[in-house]
Amino acid sequence: MTTQNLDIKEFLDQDQKKDLLRLLTAGSVDDGKSTLIGRLMFDSKMLYEDQLSALERDSKRVGHAGENIDYALLLDGLKAEREQGITIDVAYRYFSTSKRKFIIADTPGHEQYTRNMITGGSTANLAIILVDATKGVITQTRRHTFLVSLLGIKHILLAVNKMDLVGYSQQVFDDICSEYRAFVTQLDIPDLNFIPLSALKGDNVVELSGNTPWYHGQGMLEFLENVHVSSDRNYEDFRFPVQYVVRPDLRFRGFAGNIASGIINSGDEIVALPSRKESKVKRIVTYDGNPDQAFPPQAVTIELEDEIDISRGEMLVLPDNMPRIDRHFEAMLVWMDEEPMDTATHFFLKHTTNNVRAHIDRLNYKIDVNSLQKSIVDNLQLNEIGRAVLTTAKPIFFDPYKKNRNTGSFVLINPVTNNTVAVGMILDKLESKNLPSRITDIEKETIRKGKSLISPDSREKKLNQKGVTLWFTGLHGSGKNELAFSLEKKLFDNNAVAVLLDGSSVRSGLNRELDYSPADRAENLRRVGHIARILNDHGIIAICSFISRNDSVRNQIADIIGRDKFHLFYMKASLEYCRHNKPELYEKAEKGEIDYLPGVDLEYEEPANASLVFDPAENELNIDKIIDYLEKNKIFPLK
Amino acid sequence: MKEYSLTNLRELETEAIHIIREVAAEFENPVMLYSIGKDSSVMVRLAEKAFYPGKVPFPLMHIDSKWKFREMIEFRDNYAREKGWNLIVHYNKQGYESGIGPFSHGSKVHTDVMKTQALLEGLNKYKFDAAFGGARRDEEKSRAKERIFSFRDRFHQWDPKNQRPELWNIYNARVHKGESIRVFPLSNWTELDIWQYIRLEKIPIVPLYYAKERPVVDVEGNLILVDDDRMPPEMSAKAKMKRVRFRTLGCYPLTGAVESDADTIEKIVEEMMTVTKSERTTRVIDFDQEASMEQKKREGYF
Repeated sequence: MTTQNLDIKEFLDQDQKKDLLRLLTAGSVDDGKSTLIGRLMFDSKMLYEDQLSALERDSKRVGHAGENIDYALLLDGLKAEREQGITIDVAYRYFSTSKRKFIIADTPGHEQYTRNMITGGSTANLAIILVDATKGVITQTRRHTFLVSLLGIKHILLAVNKMDLVGYSQQVFDDICSEYRAFVTQLDIPDLNFIPLSALKGDNVVELSGNTPWYHGQGMLEFLENVHVSSDRNYEDFRFPVQYVVRPDLRFRGFAGNIASGIINSGDEIVALPSRKESKVKRIVTYDGNPDQAFPPQAVTIELEDEIDISRGEMLVLPDNMPRIDRHFEAMLVWMDEEPMDTATHFFLKHTTNNVRAHIDRLNYKIDVNSLQKSIVDNLQLNEIGRAVLTTAKPIFFDPYKKNRNTGSFVLINPVTNNTVAVGMILDKLESKNLPSRITDIEKETIRKGKSLISPDSREKKLNQKGVTLWFTGLHGSGKNELAFSLEKKLFDNNAVAVLLDGSSVRSGLNRELDYSPADRAENLRRVGHIARILNDHGIIAICSFISRNDSVRNQIADIIGRDKFHLFYMKASLEYCRHNKPELYEKAEKGEIDYLPGVDLEYEEPANASLVFDPAENELNIDKIIDYLEKNKIFPLK
Repeated sequence: MKEYSLTNLRELETEAIHIIREVAAEFENPVMLYSIGKDSSVMVRLAEKAFYPGKVPFPLMHIDSKWKFREMIEFRDNYAREKGWNLIVHYNKQGYESGIGPFSHGSKVHTDVMKTQALLEGLNKYKFDAAFGGARRDEEKSRAKERIFSFRDRFHQWDPKNQRPELWNIYNARVHKGESIRVFPLSNWTELDIWQYIRLEKIPIVPLYYAKERPVVDVEGNLILVDDDRMPPEMSAKAKMKRVRFRTLGCYPLTGAVESDADTIEKIVEEMMTVTKSERTTRVIDFDQEASMEQKKREGYF
């Protein structure tokens, strides 16, 4: 350091003005990531002497770098993982130069630790993605890049490491760069940079290396010192989530919080959400005086002109620039918990300073971090990423994550374990009314067509039966009703779901206005046919017991119900037998007191195509015949 | 467009204020652990800023091992009185009465009884559900992996393999009864940031941080101050006057001084920028066993 040439106070005043860059480093286990970070810290002279000597001691015992200093040992903190030779959690590293302070979130490249990379990257402005020059762009590179774009990190530095192992070949470097560029076009990364380096040998880390004379860019440290990130923040949309109400006495009430985005001036008109009460900023209060203006991410306390009731979790915004206010939104979710997603859980959702209950309405798809392929799944497991629709118990005030990291991000907390089980990034606007709740677009179309969302298959599986109609035809008094009712009871006992329709049940209400004329008889049966069809469509067995005197009417019914579902059973009884059973009715008809009794003054046509024909005398046997028939024809039971 | 950007120190400040307010808002009974050291001094200043013009809405607690430098206690009492803090001082009464101390029992027993046990006792006694600590991630390797909201089970233990994901500035403050969270608002600060901030904010610190002629004994390379007559006479007999200062403060027999001429804050920062030793090397307790800090943290020590 050249402090001698400067007055120390002046130097410190200057040094205090440096800004902060938060970066994420990602690479696979063998890419030499820890070595690179160690090198950055070492070469920027911030590696303390004693850490270094401790390092030399440790290297000899568990080091993986042979005789050289193992920079990685500096970084792999925890005892258990030190032996494994891999970094397994997010670790934060700090170093600074005279231009900038750097915070490095060092995250592992190993597959099951997507969780940690997401954690480490959430606050990063820039991501360094390492590739091994000998291997090029591999699956892990693509995965890391996808996660970086998901997190909305705007700057990527692709560090092509181990250039020493490929003879510092420009061709190798260029090939890797173009392959990577081609991949990145499908993602949203505004700023892409490439540096060829060897972390082990120190090429292009701090000093530009003579080994890569064809490379005309900056060394890594120089690049990191100069990359412009402060404009990445959202300065347009003023959002102030109220974090804490400061009320030392009756004279002062202020709303404390960090400016999430946008600019606020004293005197500005504001609206409080969700009350939509309006007021004006009286003062912006801080311990260090009352500035006229505040910007993100400053921590301030806002005092308003009017006394309006505002509490934590509410938000101050400008009247002409509102966030979305909704209970219903779509987000990318990253599942962070060992326990898979259970959509029945009512989570706590923490968003800005707001805690609300929320549930996952629907998982649209899962996205494979390696292939970026989408697939339909029932839930998400640890480290899986999916697009989901959520509903909160109360409206929240948000913006799409892409536009506003602070008001577009949230976490889900399991109410039983209190673990943070998922994190979410709210997606760009889809009107709430267009969002599916538990209904997909396909389902919507199905409903529009008037069709059920439950497939015949799932009904069959659940009910263990096919929805068919068992149609009993026969004369009055033939005993078809006795058989039909006994069958209903038998099926009920066997756990089948059946509904019985007969003349008295439909004529007592539904078809009350119909008489027994041939026309009304036909109408009566038409209606029964439709009821049976509805029942069948819902998987229910319809047992219908009706005289249905000729093939013409029976075929009509079969057409309504569907021929494949219509099973015709004939109770073949002689007129004698019937008259014996129902003497009064037949007498009346024969005397002309009543009209239109089939077999008397209307012809009864025997069915030509009945599936089963019964003899009323064989009562018990007939039931067994039907049960046998149902089983053989795979109607009931199905298994 | 006007350039809206914060310096490193101001950005760290806003982050810490956010964390402190979040704890005050979400926990029923938080406490700020106050160790009298430079980091604590910065942390308390940040708390004052967070609730200004209101008062800090939670108490401070000092775990007194009864072996702190006398100047620390003096500073604590004067400063707390002047600021009107609600300060709780807790010590392990049983340990104190049995005469536990580093000279007689060694650093390991002393630290365990008078620091770790005393801390757990204090936290349990007042049923605090959140405790702020001034630890920084740059201090030590295992701390580099710890979350800002660090979950502790009913026995105050930390499980490094089972930490809650922590994203953006959204902190999960949910705990069951008996569990707690340790909160580290200075996680992203470095030692240099602390000193720069003390300078920027003119924060009063214990005079032991400034270089002065002091009687010290060289114990295996650690310069131990003769702070009171509890130091064994055969040891204090070897004392020599040296111009020294302390980079960290703790129990005087366990905290080594460094030879230095830095008697102003500027000189300290300058020394910091060119220093070649990290601060914890002046703490004797870290050398007990490999990865000893991680072990202590698992057991509930900060």
